Amino acid sequence: MAVVTEAGQADLREPAGWRRTKNRIATVFMVISFVVVIIPLGFVLYTVIAKGASAISWSFLTSPIPVNVAPANVGGIGPAVLGTIEITALATVIAVPLGVLGAIYLNEYGGNNLLARFIGFMADVMTGVPSIVMGLFIFSIFVLHFGFSGLAGALALGCLMLPVVIRSTDEMLKLVPNSLREGSYALGASKARVTLTVVLPAAIGGIVSGALLAVARAAGETAPLLFTILTVTTANTNVFSGPNTSLPSQIFANATSPYTGAQARGWGAALTLIAIAFILMIAARFVTARFARYQR
Amino acid sequence: MSAVTQADQAAAGRAPGGLAARQGLGDRSFQWLALGCGLLVLVILVLIAVTTTQQASSWFTTEGWGIFGTVWDTAANKFGATPFIYGTAVTGVIALVMAVPVSIGIALLLTEVVPYRVARPIVYVVDLLAVVPSVVWGLWGILVFAPWIQHIYAHIASAVTGVPVLGFFFGQPTSGASFFTAGIILAFMITPIVTSLSREVIATVPTVDREGAYALGATRWEMIRGVVWPHSQGGVVGAVLLGLGRAVGETIAAALVIGSSPVISSRLFSTGYNMPAVIANQFGEASGVFRSALIGLGVLLFAFTIIINVVARAIVNRSARRKRGA
Repeated sequence: MAVVTEAGQADLREPAGWRRTKNRIATVFMVISFVVVIIPLGFVLYTVIAKGASAISWSFLTSPIPVNVAPANVGGIGPAVLGTIEITALATVIAVPLGVLGAIYLNEYGGNNLLARFIGFMADVMTGVPSIVMGLFIFSIFVLHFGFSGLAGALALGCLMLPVVIRSTDEMLKLVPNSLREGSYALGASKARVTLTVVLPAAIGGIVSGALLAVARAAGETAPLLFTILTVTTANTNVFSGPNTSLPSQIFANATSPYTGAQARGWGAALTLIAIAFILMIAARFVTARFARYQR
Repeated sequence: MSAVTQADQAAAGRAPGGLAARQGLGDRSFQWLALGCGLLVLVILVLIAVTTTQQASSWFTTEGWGIFGTVWDTAANKFGATPFIYGTAVTGVIALVMAVPVSIGIALLLTEVVPYRVARPIVYVVDLLAVVPSVVWGLWGILVFAPWIQHIYAHIASAVTGVPVLGFFFGQPTSGASFFTAGIILAFMITPIVTSLSREVIATVPTVDREGAYALGATRWEMIRGVVWPHSQGGVVGAVLLGLGRAVGETIAAALVIGSSPVISSRLFSTGYNMPAVIANQFGEASGVFRSALIGLGVLLFAFTIIINVVARAIVNRSARRKRGA
């Protein structure tokens, strides 16, 4: 493989001719693949901001959704904002504690035993279950018996969040040094006490940040909500009963509308949704930077 | 670490009466609670399989092997799933063909070319693709992207008409909302996951091997071909399979841009349908066997994605373990 060169002028650092060209081509291809990704991303964000910014105002975020055909400046997406907050919050309350406890089992109790490894593996597999299947699942097991409600939507989102929370919390618990646990045991604390008062607080920054990212993902999901909350246009403050609505479902409904007014509201709702996801993401980063004691 | 905690448990078990009694009920019930939450994952997966199959049973019993029929005509009570399976396969393949080279390119760029402080912002940008919700990709796809790209489709189609193979795939008729548009949008959506998993796998290549190749005078590309690729091949295949799993299950974006017509056509630029999209679009008006058939499509989708994910995760985990041991 050694490059044969004339004595004296040899450049030992640079291989000659076609080998160098091939290397260049490969590097250029890598850079181009990144550019190929930036272009559509930039295009999408630009379009959403350009078209959404003109629609968004305080009254847009709080006004009722027009039932009939209406121009762009009439009405808003108030019920959808309310619904998204209600349903996502309820899903978080359901999924995060269960997910954290599940991760505690995997890391603190299960350790390396077969069951814990199997559960961890299936949690990874569960993150790959399509969101629409979660919707059909909650429809079959819940909606058919109790009817459409925000709670049903929250259960579907919760099923999507659960494995994500388990995995991110598990990663964080793994980073907590064992000396902390051993120190607490040496003081005579029970395992539950060590876990709750020493291990969890030590990992809390990472756990919260992982949970926020899971919430950001769930807030943008449409498919699990289609058959669980039955998208309506009226506001429903009771998350436990009656059909509800959400930002993603409204965008889905408006995207297929031929009317420019509805489309404009769709762009406004899309910008609101992306803004919510970004805020949660930045919050997660802030929490990691500020509170996470042990990082990867 | 686990060895230590197990030793602790054993020590607690052997501890004299007073101490053991103090650790009794609360400790034990917390352990059971945690175990219950862990088992919840398995319970949910089993429940998904059982309840959806139950709801879909009337489709399975009325159609028998007809569930794989080629005609989906709700008015005539014909519910054959093949057009959707075909559409799912086609859009999945298009998405992979476009996303995989790009993802591997970015992963190599991040691990082999740029320094850490440049790699971080690139990772953020690629992850942003995953932050844009599916429905926003769909909204952009149907209102902005499809109207723009349909002109390109039309040009290509008129250019290749009559050409043997190209005409078969890219000929008339064309439409902005089509298999190909759905494939492109799906490619954007799966790029982040394929990139990040490939990067994880590639990062496990031992530095000594890299340095060895460089010491022999290899260029970067030769090093990648000779060291990185053989080492991470398997893991990258797993990452690609996980991307495929995402692509076939992705619903809302596909539902908006695929064109919604249940046909089996070789024309990639014409309208089609896939499994998640038809469930999303038609469920609202469905009842009886129709609804059961849509839930049945969900069962097929679930079975398919579970198989892909189990295989892919096993591959990724194995390749990750191998390098950790090395």
